[in-house]
Amino acid sequence: MSDKPIHANLFTWPADNPSLLGGLCGHCGEVSFPAQSSCRHCSGTGSSVIELGDRGTLWTWTVQNFLPKPPYVTDQTTATFEPYGVGYVEMPAGVRIESRLLTSDPEKLHIGMPMRLVIERFSRNDQGGHNLSFAFDCLEVS
Amino acid sequence: MDVAIVGIGLHPFGRTPSMSGLQQGAAATRAALADAGVDWSDIECGYGGSQDGGNADAIVNEMGLSGLQFTHIFNGCATGGSSLHAAYTAVKSGEYRNALVLGFDKHAPGAFNASPADWGIDDWYGEIGLMLTTQYFGMKIQRYMHDHNISEKALVAVAEKAFHNGSINPTAWRRQALSSEDIMASTMISHPLRKYMFCSPAEGAVALILCSAAEAKRYTTQPIFLNATAVRTRHYGSFEVFSPSQPIKQADSPTVIASQAAYQQAGIGPADIDIAQLQDTESGAEIIHMAENGFCEHGEQEQWLRDGHTQIGGKFPVNTDGGCLANGEPVGASGLRQVHEICVQLRQQGGARQVPGNPKTGYTHVYGAPGISGVTILSR
Repeated sequence: MSDKPIHANLFTWPADNPSLLGGLCGHCGEVSFPAQSSCRHCSGTGSSVIELGDRGTLWTWTVQNFLPKPPYVTDQTTATFEPYGVGYVEMPAGVRIESRLLTSDPEKLHIGMPMRLVIERFSRNDQGGHNLSFAFDCLEVS
Repeated sequence: MDVAIVGIGLHPFGRTPSMSGLQQGAAATRAALADAGVDWSDIECGYGGSQDGGNADAIVNEMGLSGLQFTHIFNGCATGGSSLHAAYTAVKSGEYRNALVLGFDKHAPGAFNASPADWGIDDWYGEIGLMLTTQYFGMKIQRYMHDHNISEKALVAVAEKAFHNGSINPTAWRRQALSSEDIMASTMISHPLRKYMFCSPAEGAVALILCSAAEAKRYTTQPIFLNATAVRTRHYGSFEVFSPSQPIKQADSPTVIASQAAYQQAGIGPADIDIAQLQDTESGAEIIHMAENGFCEHGEQEQWLRDGHTQIGGKFPVNTDGGCLANGEPVGASGLRQVHEICVQLRQQGGARQVPGNPKTGYTHVYGAPGISGVTILSR
C-alpha cells in the first residue's frame, strides 16, 4: 500500500474503524497524545499505548484563514488555498486532542458538538501515494 | 535592598531599515545612559536579549569593550521580563551597584514560523498545519468568550483603544486611529480574531538603568522603584501554545501565579495599582489578562470595556502607549517597553497620552510561549 500514516502511533492503521492512539501512564493514570514514554504529569516512565476511540466533543475551535508558511506541507498556493478548521476535541478517555477539522464554516462549528474521527489523505509521499493524517468532522446525528 | 529604575531609553518601534537590531539596542542604551546621567564605563553589569537581532552581549561592540559582566537571556516573548528580573536580583543582592537591562529585535515581516523540533514536537504537527500561534490565540479566546459571556464587541473595543493610544504616542508603529467599523471590516485571521486585533512582529529597542534605591538620587530626581518582579512558567494543565493535546483538568495560568507572587513581594494588591501594561498579543489576550492579573472578575471585562474603564481617562488605564497592537512585538524589547511606559507615566512625561490624576503605582505583565509570565510592580 502506498498510502501511509504521516507518523507512527498516532492512530490504528490499517483499520476498518480507525482509533486514535494515546499513552496511559502506569503510575498516575494520565492520558497523553501522542503517546510519550515519560509522563508530563508525574514524570513516571512506565506508560502503555491505548486506543482513545473515534468520538469526542468539540471543546474549542478556530479557522485557519491564510496559507501557513513551512513547515506546513501543501501543494496549494495563496490563490488556491482553502481555509481549514482547527479545534481541540475532548475524548471520553480523558484528554483533549488538537486536530484539523474538515469543517471550516464558522456557522457550523459550535463548542460542545459531537465529532467523529476521519483519516484523510493529506499530502503526497515519495512512494507515489499519500500521507494519511487524522482529522475530525462534525458528527451528523441521525 | 530596594531597587530603582534611574534611566530609561527607547528606540522607536516599527521599522528602521537603516539600522540593525543591535544598533537600535545601542541607541536605546545611549538614551538610557543620558537619562540617568551616567557613562557607559560606569555600568557594572548587563542583562538582555533578542530573538532575531543577534546576541545581546554584542552590545559591547557598539558601546565600548568596557569589560562589564553581561549575560544574554532568551525566554521567548518573556525575554524582557526575564532580563529585568535577573538585573533586579543582581542589584538587590548587593553584588553590583548598577545594571543595564537591554532588549532589542528585528523580525522579518509576517507571522513567525516556528519549528516543531525546537518545541519537542514531531514534524507531523507542523506538516499538517497546526504549528501556528494565531490558531492558539483564536481557540483560547473562543473558549474564554464561551465560558465568560464575552462578545465580539469587547474584542473590537480593545483594538480601537490600542490604535487610539498609538495615534498619540510618537514612538508607536501604528499611529493611525481605527474605528470599530475599520476593525470589523479587517480580514478574518483565526476566528474570532481579525487582522487589526493581532499585533505583528516588528523592530525596536528599550534599555533601562537600575541601581540600589539608596543611591537613586545620585542619578535622577525621579527614580521609579521596583517593588516586585516575578517570572513563572506553566503548570501541568495550563492551556498553552503548541500543545498536540492537553489534560482535561485545568490549572491556573502562569500569569495568575506570577501575579500573585508579585503582589506578595510588593505587599499590595490589585486595588492599589493605578495603571497597567498587560500583554496584548491580540485583543483577546488583554481581556483575559485583565482578570488573570486580578484587576476584575472573569466576565466583567465586557462591562469594563463598554464603560471605557481601561481608556486613558478611565478608572484603570491599560496599555496607554498602544500596547503590542500599536507598537508591534519585537520579542526581545516588548516586555521592557511596558516597563518604560509605566516609568514615563509615573514621571508625568506622557504628553498627549499622560494619564490624569497623578498615578503613583504601575503594573506590567508580559506573557509568551510556551507559557511564561513576567510581572513587575512599580511606584514612584
